Amino acid sequence: MAENLGVLFQWVIFLGMAFVSIVASLLVITRKNPIHSALFMVLALLCVAVLYVLLHSPFIAIIQVIVYAGAIVMLIIFVIMLLDLETELRSRLKIGYSKVIGGFVAVLFLFGIFYAVVAKSPTGQTGSYTTEKMAGNVKAVGEVLFTEYLLPFEIVAVLLVTAIIGAVILTKKRI
Amino acid sequence: MQVLYLLIETIVKCGVVFACLMLSVAYLTWLERKVLGHIQIRFGPNRCGPFGLLQPFSDGIKAFFKEDLVPGRADKPVFVLAPMISIIAAISMFAVIPFGDRFTLPWTDYVVKLRIADIDIGLLYVFGVASLGEFGIVLGGWSSGNKYGLTGSLRAAAQMISYEVALGLSIVGVIILSQSLRLTEIVALQAGGFWNWNILYQPAAFVFFIICALAEINRTPFDMPESESELACGFNIEYSSMKFALFFMAEYAHMITVAAVAVTLFLGGWQAPLPQLDFIPGVFWFGAKLFVIIFFFIWQRGTFPRLRYDQIMKFGWKVLFELTLVNIFITALIVLLKG
Repeated sequence: MAENLGVLFQWVIFLGMAFVSIVASLLVITRKNPIHSALFMVLALLCVAVLYVLLHSPFIAIIQVIVYAGAIVMLIIFVIMLLDLETELRSRLKIGYSKVIGGFVAVLFLFGIFYAVVAKSPTGQTGSYTTEKMAGNVKAVGEVLFTEYLLPFEIVAVLLVTAIIGAVILTKKRI
Repeated sequence: MQVLYLLIETIVKCGVVFACLMLSVAYLTWLERKVLGHIQIRFGPNRCGPFGLLQPFSDGIKAFFKEDLVPGRADKPVFVLAPMISIIAAISMFAVIPFGDRFTLPWTDYVVKLRIADIDIGLLYVFGVASLGEFGIVLGGWSSGNKYGLTGSLRAAAQMISYEVALGLSIVGVIILSQSLRLTEIVALQAGGFWNWNILYQPAAFVFFIICALAEINRTPFDMPESESELACGFNIEYSSMKFALFFMAEYAHMITVAAVAVTLFLGGWQAPLPQLDFIPGVFWFGAKLFVIIFFFIWQRGTFPRLRYDQIMKFGWKVLFELTLVNIFITALIVLLKG
């Protein structure tokens, strides 16, 4: 009985979070005020984080919250706060060729996702990381990151440092 | 039945922790005004009840009955939402803090573990929720439609992002030593007397953590977002009544949580300082250590003046960031050499 209750709970949480995240994502692209969009983005990201928790990956979930919902959206809001929103809010919707091309690409991408979900079984292959092994989630992620994927990890680190130095050089003419 | 018991246990624990936290917040405001008063050779609040002990309730009733103003230029939904984000984040951070060992219900053999959630990523959860709580302050200042508010929230955003980096790095030493992010395991490793506490193995990290924590909870000398003398209260300038009280409560709840994290990571959590003193319940030790840290927070507020904004940013990026990195390297090196 407890087993069934657990499954039921998981389904209720999954459906609720999936619904809220879709609605929030729609609101991100339809709100005119960019701060409201950013807030709905936080909501969508939080819902996705809950989905990660349901998939027994709390580490990815919390990193999603810290990095995306916390730091990146905060930076976005930091920039938006400095903009003059009045003109943006008063302007009408303009249709330029860039928006047409962008919309076309977005629809293509949507079809791609649909095809990927429908055509193939979404269940992946069974790997060496079972649910029991994933209980010590942080350790499992760390082990794989620092043994099997060490080179990509280092390359990403170098890339990020390069990006930071590049940003500093671009904004400061004299150092 | 087991599920039902667990559910009841969790709900009761949440209720008790919430009530204790709110009561501590109320008396923390009293304690701060009293201690600051004595530091400045004043009496502090002493009119409501003996020693002014009823002052928090009087303040609460006053805030509740004040007129709730929303400025005309404000972004109303965000203006209402901002204090709620602040207080929810500040309270929910406490969910992973272990405040005691275990406790057997009298007349039964049902064991209650004294923590709400014991999760694998406890430490990261604290930081994640703390970074969400910043939205309350930033959005509160922006949505007021006031230039002082906006300046305050800009400062809050920049300062919190900068100090979060050093805050995160300062605890990596502790994580290396304890090899876990689970707060209960970090506490368990510090058992058996004060010589096992992390503060003796990571003294520098403890100092960095306290400095960054002060910046993170916007306390003097880092209270840039609401520096009264230049920004006229900064981000909460337009807030009145219960919304202001929510911001106020969130600030103090956040302070308690940060102190609780410091106790858990560096001062052995609920463990007794000497093995002979183990018979006293862990909750008492936890409270005592918490009081020491919080008293330090109040004491230094009465001691240091507010820093200049550019000095704070410079200190965060050019001094603290490097020092915390050096601390990680030295810790890792020693752990490696010891094998």
